[in-house]
Amino acid sequence: MVGVKSVPSPAISADERSHEVDHPSSQVAHFGTEQPLRLDCGVDLTPFQIAYQTYGELNADRSNAVLICHALTGDQHVANVHPVTGKPGWWETLVGPGRPIDPKHYFIICSNVIGGCMGSTGPASINSATGKVWGLDFPVITIPDMVRAQAMLIDRLGIDTLFAVVGGSMGGMQVLQWTSAYPARVFSALAIACATRHSAQNIAFHELGRQAVMADPDWHGGGYADQGIHPHRGLAVARMAAHITYLSDAALHRKFGRRMQDRELPTFSFDADFQVESYLRYQGSSFVERFDANSYLYLTRAMDYFDIAADHGGVLAKAFAGIQTRFCVVSFTSDWLFPTSESRALVHALNASSARVSFAEIETDRGHDAFLLDVPEFFDISRAFLQSAGKARGLKGS
Amino acid sequence: MPVQEVLPLDGAATKPPGDYRADHLLVAEMVKPGSKVLDVGCGEGDLLQLLETRGIDGRGIELSREGVNRCVAKGLAVVQGDADTDLVNYPDDAFDYVILSQTLQATRQPRVVLENLLRIGRRAIVSFPNFGFWKMRLQLLIGGHMPRTENLPATWYDTANIHFCTIKDFVELCDEINVKMERSVALDLYGRPVPLNLPWWVWNMFGEQAVFLLSRGGGR
Repeated sequence: MVGVKSVPSPAISADERSHEVDHPSSQVAHFGTEQPLRLDCGVDLTPFQIAYQTYGELNADRSNAVLICHALTGDQHVANVHPVTGKPGWWETLVGPGRPIDPKHYFIICSNVIGGCMGSTGPASINSATGKVWGLDFPVITIPDMVRAQAMLIDRLGIDTLFAVVGGSMGGMQVLQWTSAYPARVFSALAIACATRHSAQNIAFHELGRQAVMADPDWHGGGYADQGIHPHRGLAVARMAAHITYLSDAALHRKFGRRMQDRELPTFSFDADFQVESYLRYQGSSFVERFDANSYLYLTRAMDYFDIAADHGGVLAKAFAGIQTRFCVVSFTSDWLFPTSESRALVHALNASSARVSFAEIETDRGHDAFLLDVPEFFDISRAFLQSAGKARGLKGS
Repeated sequence: MPVQEVLPLDGAATKPPGDYRADHLLVAEMVKPGSKVLDVGCGEGDLLQLLETRGIDGRGIELSREGVNRCVAKGLAVVQGDADTDLVNYPDDAFDYVILSQTLQATRQPRVVLENLLRIGRRAIVSFPNFGFWKMRLQLLIGGHMPRTENLPATWYDTANIHFCTIKDFVELCDEINVKMERSVALDLYGRPVPLNLPWWVWNMFGEQAVFLLSRGGGR
């Protein structure tokens, strides 16, 4: 066919997705009006719920809990088959039996962030005050809000100190927020491919994505849920643009080059002639099956607002003053979204606070996405860091 | 090499397993157990591992990414960094000891580095190859070429060592920047200490490398 083919419609109905939003196939912690979540924007969110998954057993002295923080479009299904997509957990390379974070040794917790769309309260959830979907009435949330909600969940689970908090990208931001806000509750912190603040370039990319969503007529000023539709075209474009930032020139070239998709010659049309186009379209269309457009706006916004130093008089080292947490910071050479220079700035601040920190930059051409992929050197480092921390914590078997 | 015979490890809680370099054993012996140590230019972390066996809280900086990653994969608290540029990030008195093992000669500004060591550490332990060693002198005098030894095998055009010095040079620098030498040991070709009662020029001639325990001088 010669002609224009836009991003295909998702295979999953809006109903199936929205069911997971309010009634997730996960464990859920409900927080009633007596326990509101105090948000940075000044609003008390109540009631609210947090959907979470756990793996492994909490030991007798409650000292082996590991909290995994997910990235922008991740969720609590870190190491189990995803209920919507049917795909393996998003971090099964790192978390699972025989992996560096093994449920045999650790009690692993992963919760959907507040503002998300896989069961924790967010813009796609039903607002109990109106009986309707929150939409843009949902208050703007921040990374500290996400972490505050996680801390309430950890309290609910009866855990005082986490053995480790682990995350990459937006998950890494949560790790840093945890150590800065609750230093005594974090024994060790593994912060991967992240930064202490979102850069101007990254804010710009997020704005591009948000504008793509909002330009979709099906967005309806954020009120699409009431119309029973979803702005999947705009969200798919946002995802396609973002996906490019997760890769690298070298990785795209290696994977696709200028190769054609199922054809020998160009079609002289705007069809996906190139493999890289076809790949991006697939990334866009598969993403909208599982993600809510408004949630994407809120979570990208939360990352934009993140700046730990700003909360400490502009001096990053003050955020970690006197901290006892053991840190491991990891970056990847070809990551241009969260480049090594960002990690180095963090490490300098941690050094200035005399924190115990390991910092490794791993050579790879796979860009920001490397943290989710099979990178043995990264696993070796994660495993050794956690084992050494486990020894210091007196954990058995680690 | 019967290192442990010549260098009894006083106060060691456990005899460390494995082979350790003579200068590492000497450095480890100079560090009080339970102290906090920064190893600048820690390589693959051999010294940090030795210190760990003695209950010392060790951190490291290493320039090469491969070295850093090997250290981190051993569970050591090591960061990638450069002695010339990154020591300024550490606050005053952050460590009990800062160690610069066989690295001084590879820094761009040895004097500034040395001053920084004694700013962030209450004490510094510095070891370096002695360019006044007789074999070095002989190669230059008789052979007429830049010296190369078993421990310093690189040619002049690909060596990372850009600021060689002799024991005498180093002592003069310490005097100049008001650094107190608390202990100094020269090791001969076989890693044995050159006897203490011999004069400086003998050390400078027969010491293949030297290890100095330094502290801040008075009157600052």
